[in-house]
Amino acid sequence: MAITEKDVARIARLARIELSPDESTRAQNELNGILSLIQQLQAVDTTGIEPMAHPLSAHQDIALRLRPDTASPTRTLQERQALMANTPAEDNGLFLVPTVIE
Amino acid sequence: MEWEIVIGLETHAQLSTESKIFSDSSTRFGAAPNTQANEVDMALPGSLPVLNKGAVERAIQFGLAVGAHIAPRSIFARKNYFYPDLPKNYQISQFEIPVVQGGTISFFVGDQEKTVNLTRAHLEEDAGKSLHEDFTGPRGESSTGIDLNRAGTPLLEIVSEPEMRSAAEAVAYARALHGLVVWLGICDGNMQEGSFRCDANVSVRPKGQAELGTRSEIKNVNSFRFLERAILYEARRQIELIEDGGKVVQETRLYDSDRDETRSMRSKEDAHDYRYFPDPDLPPLIIAPDWIQRVRDAMPELPAARRARFETELGLSGYDAAQLTMARAGSDYFEQVAALLPEGQAKLAANWVLGELSAALNRDEIDIGESPVRPAALAALIARIIDGTISNKMARDVFTAMWTGESNGDPDAIIEARGLKQISDSVAIGAMIDEVLAANPAIIEEFRAGKQKAFNSLVGQVMKAAKGKANPQQVNDLLKEKLG
Amino acid sequence: MSSTPLHTQFDGIASLRKALQARELSARDLASSALDAAVARDDLNAFLHIDRELTLTQADAVDKQLSDGLAGALAGIPIAHKDVFVTEGWRSTAASKMLEHYTSPFDATVVARLKQAGAVSLGKLNCDEFAMGSGNENSAFGPTRNPWDPTAVPGGSSGGSAAAVAAGLIMAATGTDTGGSVRQPAALCGVSGIKPTYGTVSRFGMIAYGSSLDQAGPIARHARDLVELLDPMSGFDPRDSTSLEHCDGVPNAPGRIRADFEAALAGQQSADSQPLKGLRIGVPAEFFNGALAPDVAAAVESALQTFESLGAVRVSISLPRTELSIPTYYVIAPAEASSNLSRYDGVRYGHRAAQYRDLAEMTSRSRTEGFGAEVLRRIMVGTYVLSHGYYDAYYLQAQRVRRMIVNDFQQAFSSHCDVIMGPVTPSVAKHIGDNREDPAADWLADVYTLGVSLAGLPAMSIPCGFGAERRLPIGLQIIGNYFGEGRLLAVADRYQQATDWHQRKPEQR
Repeated sequence: MAITEKDVARIARLARIELSPDESTRAQNELNGILSLIQQLQAVDTTGIEPMAHPLSAHQDIALRLRPDTASPTRTLQERQALMANTPAEDNGLFLVPTVIE
Repeated sequence: MEWEIVIGLETHAQLSTESKIFSDSSTRFGAAPNTQANEVDMALPGSLPVLNKGAVERAIQFGLAVGAHIAPRSIFARKNYFYPDLPKNYQISQFEIPVVQGGTISFFVGDQEKTVNLTRAHLEEDAGKSLHEDFTGPRGESSTGIDLNRAGTPLLEIVSEPEMRSAAEAVAYARALHGLVVWLGICDGNMQEGSFRCDANVSVRPKGQAELGTRSEIKNVNSFRFLERAILYEARRQIELIEDGGKVVQETRLYDSDRDETRSMRSKEDAHDYRYFPDPDLPPLIIAPDWIQRVRDAMPELPAARRARFETELGLSGYDAAQLTMARAGSDYFEQVAALLPEGQAKLAANWVLGELSAALNRDEIDIGESPVRPAALAALIARIIDGTISNKMARDVFTAMWTGESNGDPDAIIEARGLKQISDSVAIGAMIDEVLAANPAIIEEFRAGKQKAFNSLVGQVMKAAKGKANPQQVNDLLKEKLG
Repeated sequence: MSSTPLHTQFDGIASLRKALQARELSARDLASSALDAAVARDDLNAFLHIDRELTLTQADAVDKQLSDGLAGALAGIPIAHKDVFVTEGWRSTAASKMLEHYTSPFDATVVARLKQAGAVSLGKLNCDEFAMGSGNENSAFGPTRNPWDPTAVPGGSSGGSAAAVAAGLIMAATGTDTGGSVRQPAALCGVSGIKPTYGTVSRFGMIAYGSSLDQAGPIARHARDLVELLDPMSGFDPRDSTSLEHCDGVPNAPGRIRADFEAALAGQQSADSQPLKGLRIGVPAEFFNGALAPDVAAAVESALQTFESLGAVRVSISLPRTELSIPTYYVIAPAEASSNLSRYDGVRYGHRAAQYRDLAEMTSRSRTEGFGAEVLRRIMVGTYVLSHGYYDAYYLQAQRVRRMIVNDFQQAFSSHCDVIMGPVTPSVAKHIGDNREDPAADWLADVYTLGVSLAGLPAMSIPCGFGAERRLPIGLQIIGNYFGEGRLLAVADRYQQATDWHQRKPEQR
């Protein structure tokens, strides 16, 4: 089940990463190396074992906490500015991105 | 070749909570861009989601209303894809284990009742909005503006089984679902504002074939009319395509209302490997039986139950009962009117609510909540018809006067002021009839000769003499008596 | 400029606190001398951001609290934060070009709580980019150097935190531990560090790497100082849904850990020459495998003997899936990271590429330019193991093996031992620049620390000796059962009362 060039291209596209042909090849080799490491998991007999998402879930009941439905006030333009201070491109409080064609 | 159209609907209903599903930002519509988006909504580094109890409560209400199973344990999952209006570039949704499982929606198509099964309903967060007005980016490039006020609004995604067989059925289902969520108060149903959005999965197959055809998904239709047109177009497009030897491609399409056609969205290969996995920031949602019971105890009477009650207890027709249980406000209004009238007069109340009142509301483009004529006033007016003070015809004029606030909207005052009291005095009516009979011997002859029209003509003349104010029933009865 | 700041004259936070409360010195004095020292030791590259005015303003505010008698327990104590904790004022970069110019509008909960307690922050500490790495060589802003040997790595990912404490620049630092990133640098720098039970410290404001594994923990000179920091850091936070409200029925709140620590200390008093009598120490056979260097094995063995002399007994145990913890971790952590790092797309903050033709290119280019090689590598692995067709075989399988690893630890604790001890790393710190061609080789060195992270257990590293060929520090790992931080720290403290490894400084060796 080795990782092919196509696999690398697919993963890179899904992850929004740009790879040059050289980088692609290097990535392919690295990923195949990593794959042989993680493939050890395949050999483990996990029949009857449930996946564990929260590490303490076997130790005590872990349930999602719910918060009451109260809203914070609408932000002032100044407060919005503080939250958007790191924005690369904005126009009147809107984030700007190159136009998406639907 | 006879074709069968197969339709399933996925509906996104924005839940009517005060705050968002995973942050405490307000959900109120119409705020300035990005003033209702905090660090969680903007996905700033280090931000984390916290679930809103109100969203879960509304999901439970929905599940109970449709007779579904409420999952005691459900899981939030990340749906990973990149899009600028999706700040984390993943949407927190539910995948393998949704909060609501199964359920049914019943509705009428014409006079046929149909029941559609629901697959599931799950909670998820809404994305932000892209504004495609022409903005200019930092390098002079044509740009889109992103407003994250809507990002994080709680959605209930309701998925039906593909059991609808016509555009009309699909629309009837959508209307019934819309009516239900609004009735429950869990969604405001404002389709222009995007509170209720339908995606239609449409496929066709030769009649009799068991296998489903390839389906296409028409996304984000925001009116019932467009939904119907979109489905009709798409079904026809697929049929023509297949008949011409082509194959339907599984894809997402948008409905263009200007051109009345569906158009393929630009699709990318494997754009849809969402890599769902349980969100490690959110432990399982546990809903205990006592919470479900509390919600059940607090549920309002559901439309279906009330409809049945109107039919059996109030003697309304199936049609009237259905009409009067489409919207809670109107239904409550009607029920209040009927309660103030003597027993057995529900039909009259129904006629007035569905007739005059409805027409006035439509004409003035207002909701029943804004009606200047409140239930007690309408009931008082109808009472005057029942007790013979005025005729039904006169009552319409009184209603119009009440609507405009004449005499403070008090029907008795209006009747008094305009002198509309019906003449019910049999002596007075008798006298008028005698006069008319005396003046129309020829018509009497025609009546004796068997012409019913002659009777009506005489009635008409009496009413004219009474300036419309004679009690028609009494005129009829007395005239019959006098003619022998 | 001196590089031996005022606070180094005190043997710990408790004695420094006394002096501050007695107004023998001011918070400003301490901050000022610490700032001088940090700048003087710029060669270590432990700090990423220092803002003298900001720090002195904090110190002045604390001095006022001290004179008003309103000061918190950490008033005036000089600390610093790993640059994955977001802070108002200082930049927060996660040691990445992606966030090179990012300033957060809010403080992480950990930062806010320590500030509330009066601690004065010297600034932000270097680390591996997005906490991915074990040598601080994956920082976009240069490696941090080990104070014991400038050609050696300090460990990672909290390399800057460990180095700054080891060099005496600060009294204590915050770090984060996802697969060993507090314990391992503490070991390699000869200082003490603790990763508490998952869920006891809030992750709100911690730039996320592996959400089900990440946990903040302090690094300091010894166990007593770790208590001083960990206790106020800990506690339920409603802004983190994985934050626990209760720990085995006891509220998760500041005070719990200190109370447990003091109760455990009191328990030790009662049997004077054998203060640890009754303590069963589980030693996993699998930790003493072929990968372990002889000098590390010897130092750990020597430490175990010290514990035995204090009354503890050694019990041989088995953690059979120790080796499997590597692939398990390196499926789960990258998977979660690949999703957590999707938000970095150049749209709302962070690096945006200068050249692009359209949105897709802007996103890809921004990410590829902003992220370093190890981060890109882990994102790719994570994307792969979650992708269609592989999710069950890799991600779900890893989560199943995770449960088996949790069971292994529970088996050991319920049947055989109270704490587990062993090495932290297979060898002393490697040289900066070594073995950079094989990223997976680095991963293998995490074998002793990963299982603990997968299980969410509390664990510490304390100094227990030096290497043979290269006189670099060696750490002893002590692993406790859930919510056993207090007791763990008391055991470590007892060892530190009987030994002086933790008092050694790079200048003296």
